Amino acid sequence: MMTDAVPPSPDSSPRPSLALRVATDPLGLVSSIVIVVVILGGVLAPWIMPNDPAVQNLSLVNAPPLGEYLLGGDRLGRDIFSRLLSGTQQTVIASLIVVVVASVLGITSGLVAGYRGGRVDAVAGWLSDLLMSLPGMILIIALYSVVGGSIYVSMAFFGILIAPSYFRLVRSLVLGIRNELYIDAARVFGVSEWRIVSRHVLGAIRGPIIMTTMFILAAGIAIQAGLEYLGLGDPNSSSWGRTLQETFENITMSPIAALWPSLLITITTLALVLLGTVLRDAVQSAGSRPDGLSARVKKRIVLARRSSLPQRVSEPPSASQVLSVTDLAIGYPDSPTTVAAVVHGVSLAINRGEVLGVVGESGSGKSQIVAAILGILPRTAVVLSGSVLYGGRDLMNDEKGRRAALGRHIGYVPQEPMANLDPTYTVGKQLEFALRATRRLPRKQALEQIYDLLRQVGIESPAAVCSMYPHQVSGGTAQRILIAGALIGDPELLIADEPTTALDVTVQAEVLELLRTLRSERNLSILLVTHNLGVVADICDSVAVMRRGVLVETGSVQELLSAPKHEYTQSLLRAVPDRETTRTPLPELTLPEGRP
Amino acid sequence: MFKFAARSLLTGIALALVVTAFTFSLVFSKGESIARQVLGTSASADQVEIKIGELGLDDPLPAQYLDWLVHALRGDFGNSFYSGEPVAQMLAVRVEVTLSIVLIAFVMTAVLSVAVGVLAAVRGGWVDRALQFVAVLGAAIPQFILAIALAYVFAIHLRVLPATGYVSARDDIGGWLATLILPVTAILVGSVAGAAQQFRGAMLDALEKEYINTLRARGISEFTVVTRHALRNAAAPGMTVLSLQTIALLGGVVLIERIFALPGIGTLATESAFRGDLPVVLGTVTFTVAVVVVINFAASMMLGWLNPKVRLS
Repeated sequence: MMTDAVPPSPDSSPRPSLALRVATDPLGLVSSIVIVVVILGGVLAPWIMPNDPAVQNLSLVNAPPLGEYLLGGDRLGRDIFSRLLSGTQQTVIASLIVVVVASVLGITSGLVAGYRGGRVDAVAGWLSDLLMSLPGMILIIALYSVVGGSIYVSMAFFGILIAPSYFRLVRSLVLGIRNELYIDAARVFGVSEWRIVSRHVLGAIRGPIIMTTMFILAAGIAIQAGLEYLGLGDPNSSSWGRTLQETFENITMSPIAALWPSLLITITTLALVLLGTVLRDAVQSAGSRPDGLSARVKKRIVLARRSSLPQRVSEPPSASQVLSVTDLAIGYPDSPTTVAAVVHGVSLAINRGEVLGVVGESGSGKSQIVAAILGILPRTAVVLSGSVLYGGRDLMNDEKGRRAALGRHIGYVPQEPMANLDPTYTVGKQLEFALRATRRLPRKQALEQIYDLLRQVGIESPAAVCSMYPHQVSGGTAQRILIAGALIGDPELLIADEPTTALDVTVQAEVLELLRTLRSERNLSILLVTHNLGVVADICDSVAVMRRGVLVETGSVQELLSAPKHEYTQSLLRAVPDRETTRTPLPELTLPEGRP
Repeated sequence: MFKFAARSLLTGIALALVVTAFTFSLVFSKGESIARQVLGTSASADQVEIKIGELGLDDPLPAQYLDWLVHALRGDFGNSFYSGEPVAQMLAVRVEVTLSIVLIAFVMTAVLSVAVGVLAAVRGGWVDRALQFVAVLGAAIPQFILAIALAYVFAIHLRVLPATGYVSARDDIGGWLATLILPVTAILVGSVAGAAQQFRGAMLDALEKEYINTLRARGISEFTVVTRHALRNAAAPGMTVLSLQTIALLGGVVLIERIFALPGIGTLATESAFRGDLPVVLGTVTFTVAVVVVINFAASMMLGWLNPKVRLS
């Protein structure tokens, strides 16, 4: 059973709220009631059974329900209701055995393995994997041939087999929590290790453990009833599975009799699984992001915004512009019916042959603009307004136009080189796919083109690199490959989102140099997003400064760096370290005077 | 790749050895009671003594196991305590039934769960909600209860499919299929729901990856992005689920065989466990472990083929 939960943050699921969530969820409430009724039935069985489950009354053979016997009689004239009640007692005891055995083994080993790590963890992990790959049912049957008909022994054995469910859960939760700050803090204050584990860790894993217990119980009850159905239980007892087997064999005589044990087993496991699901949702929803809005709500929000704003006519782009973004606003849902904007009506344009830098601190919305141009905004994003004009088409609202432009006319260089190559294909294959997305070519010619392009981006042995997988190349090489991927359709515009941020300093300079060369060789226009003013000074012609989703200043690099108008730009410039400690060289540029 | 294959194979062999050794020592630990059980309660102490020697139960357990293992490797799993029939022969007769169910259920689980999981992840909407609903039901309704319900409705009430018995595919393909429809359906509901749910999660994870957006930004069509890239990356976690699902399937098939009165390995295991026919019990365990090993090996080979990191590191 796969019940891996997302480790919750420690403060997310205090006990009262978890119990409250279950009680206020109709499914959770009904399931809890069913489970309580079953447990009570099992505990009180000896006192509330209307008849002795073993007594045969020949006048009540196959008796219909609601007569002398509440649920009717079986083929030997015994009371089915009483038999099921006495079986409930057995089920409750057996379930208790499963949970005790599995949790003692699984939770303690999970705590120790997660906390200690190292060899203990390796051995425990190996044992857990071994147990999980065992065919449990057949082993329990084999066990029966030795120890005979005790369902309790079988269920204890099942408890061992299912213990990895607890182990894996607890281990991953402990690993997550162990690395969190507050444990370190506790350690600094001299709290003993055992107290750390018992107080903090057990507090945080309580919810997921209860959830897992529900799923384990459901599986345990199904296995138990199955074994008894096979006859591998105490032959003298009247368990759920045995009653089911007896009534099913007799189904042609009395079809309704088989319904009762089937219903009882199904309702019990269903209640356990539903309660487990409700708990899982409660545990996991804590701290998770809100879902995307429905299409209806999205439309309403966009329309409401449009009517509240003065209608602005987007100017047709002048011939000198490659791409222009007009009045772009993007938001994310902060409740089921409202959207918080992160980009507020940004307009910018890139001239032919120009390198436009978009700068701003992280969270200023600059990457959002790139994603919007390329049509790769996250699912939950809402485009509140705006257009992206390229070649006479609005890429924002013209899916076909965008697809036609991407790859062929607009190339994209992402930020994190290692995360942007598909790990399952060789470099060569990926570039081949990219090439073939832009035009049809025979394989041999395609390969030649790819080799040629790789040489242009500074990779000296293209054939060797092409046969490698992404995890075998360095970050700098990966970024060169991605630049090659962006250039493969021979685009006129390159959109690069922090293309050097993830790289080593020396590699940063090389990649910038490469972009500069490519630009002059291919007459490229480049939209370059960065937070690094050194990069801007190094390569850009003009700059747009973003802050909190608003464009605060645009202008040529010279103007902006020497005489920034906006206060924020000034503070950004002051934050640039002195020349000696600058991470990237700033050639041929006089930095603004008056810095501290 | 060779190294990786060799390592997976060794892991499988180790599993088979551990499980058979464990089962063997469990089953053959009490020589005297075994002999007594075989002979019946009226047997004298002398008879028991002789029987113990006859069955080799007085040797130390490791020696007994090694002896069994050496024979087993040559295809000799001993003889039944009761009928004296070779265990290998008893298994061979029943293998077809069990493998028919297991293989069909496995292939259909794989195909259907990938299809449903991918659709739910990519489309969302009602497909996704329906899957969530069925996944909970599939996990909640015990397989054998579903089997009983199916047997009652389709075989006993409507009489459109056979309730019991097995027809070999070599005799009658149509009859073979007819006998398998209900057992396989009973297994599929739960296994597809569970595996599809996991595939859905794996697909959602894969679609969240950055390179997916980079591929989209290269103008590669969404269909290609999903099928060629996301699916391949989601396959690794999916594979693991599928092999765990198959282990569960091998347990479930015991009950399914019993309900539909199919003379398979599961039925043999139950019957011989009842009788204390230990060599046969051990034989059925060995068969099941062998299937697990083969499936795990196939799954890890697929994994290696799909994920170069696994194969090359």
